[in-house]
Amino acid sequence: MFRIKEKSILHLNVNGEDREVVARPSDILLDTLRNQLALTGAKPGCENGDCGACTVIVDGWPIKSCLMLTAEAVGKKITTVEGLKNAPVQKAFIEKFAFQCGYCTSGFLMACHALAQKHPNPPDYVIDEWLQSNICRCTSYEEIGEAIRVVLSQKQ
Amino acid sequence: MIPFDFEYDRPGTVGEALTVFRQLDAEQKNPMFFGGGTEIISMARMGNVKTGAVVDLKAIPECRVFEYDKDRLLIGSALTLSDLVEAKRFPLLDHTAGRVADHTMQCKITFGGNLASTIIYRETVLPLLLADAVVTVATQGGLRDYKITQIFRERLQLPRGEFIVRASIEKRWLSAPYIHVKKTKNEKVDYPLLTVACLKADDKIRMAFSGLLPYPFRDLQWENLMNDKSLSFPERAEQISALAAPHLLNNLDGSAEFRKFVLNNTLIKVLQTLKGV
Ligand SMILES: Cc1cc2nc3c(=O)[nH]c(=O)nc-3n(C[C@H](O)[C@H](O)[C@H](O)COP(=O)(O)OP(=O)(O)OC[C@H]3O[C@@H](n4cnc5c(N)ncnc54)[C@H](O)[C@@H]3O)c2cc1C
Ligand code: FES
Ligand code: FES
Repeated sequence: MFRIKEKSILHLNVNGEDREVVARPSDILLDTLRNQLALTGAKPGCENGDCGACTVIVDGWPIKSCLMLTAEAVGKKITTVEGLKNAPVQKAFIEKFAFQCGYCTSGFLMACHALAQKHPNPPDYVIDEWLQSNICRCTSYEEIGEAIRVVLSQKQ
Repeated sequence: MIPFDFEYDRPGTVGEALTVFRQLDAEQKNPMFFGGGTEIISMARMGNVKTGAVVDLKAIPECRVFEYDKDRLLIGSALTLSDLVEAKRFPLLDHTAGRVADHTMQCKITFGGNLASTIIYRETVLPLLLADAVVTVATQGGLRDYKITQIFRERLQLPRGEFIVRASIEKRWLSAPYIHVKKTKNEKVDYPLLTVACLKADDKIRMAFSGLLPYPFRDLQWENLMNDKSLSFPERAEQISALAAPHLLNNLDGSAEFRKFVLNNTLIKVLQTLKGV
């Protein structure tokens, strides 16, 4: 049985590297990534699962890191926007101007990257469902939709 | 940030989970079973939940089954809603799970956590109510099977320290004609103004609702009216809406009057889609 009783050293696999963090069992992954590992790409927005600004990829799935305990992430592979490193989706966001202020961008990038990995050839309704998990206050939805479609069309 | 400390336990077997929960209870830690944790974390952050320990069920193999056993489909409580949606085994459950919260949340919310949710909607119970599901519960005396209606009345009713391991559905329901309609106030992703799930079998429509009352339910009197061939479709819808009217939720998501209007129209759509009976 895996048990953490109090603040302790935990081992996380982030962006392909094994990292050590000191965390309380009740710490959320978003705070640990930002405050302990200086991975500030995942953004705090609502911290309630509504906005998607904090999205990271865990074992291939997009996850809102504000609703995941750091302890839960032990033994899993975490990818943050810092781990994308010139992924096609990043290029497409630049080409299509799919951001304005940029606050939501890392969350959208992670959702789009996970979609392209999991469903290289999704029907339109699947693209819409995945993108509805994130909110862009600057309303770049049109351009974000174009960017993910560019990436998906390249995959076919 | 969650403004208090708790202990985190991730048992690997049903027995370990029961034992550790009992120990933590004896230590007065007020432990909670932890599925996806979306509700526990968001409520803990707001101070609406206080616990000294969480017992994460996601590493227990029996809670992760998703397989056929003779004539039944077994659905583990620790599967995420996206596990259900992606596998496409029980179309009505896939549709229902695929409209709970948003897609990214579905990658974290567990089936068991949604059934046991303290939030009033618990939408994934609707297909279970319709398909006479059997729910397997971990008890101190071992695994026990219950009919869904024995342990789910308005909400999950389990003694403290027991948890859902899995649900099972007879295979014949997996291919039954169905319809799922979720109406929200405004955005597609939102809590339901009303969700109705229906299965058709033996020329009869079964239907269950979330969002109309402060709990999900199936009502046999409504079903009898829905299947009454002596009435036209609009008459059936009107009589059910009239029965519902005094009890409907009246809140910021929608007034009782508006819910009645939406219910009436939705029932007609259901009858037309399932071609009446
Ligand atoms: C942004 C957002 C949108 C939402 N939208 C919807 C919606 O549209 N429809 C809807 O129905 N719900 C909705 N919800 C509520 C959501 O469904 C619940 O928060 C979720 O179902 C809880 O599941 P979980 O696996 O995260 O449970 P947890 O947070 O882990 O647990 C929830 C409760 O269930 C108990 N529990 C967990 N697993 C088990 C088990 N196997 N056996 C017994 N008890 C168990 C826990 O002790 C706790 O009391 C929404 C929530 C959020 C945050
Ligand atoms: S900060 Fe996590 S969803 Fe908004
Ligand atoms: S670009 Fe500003 S919030 Fe999306």
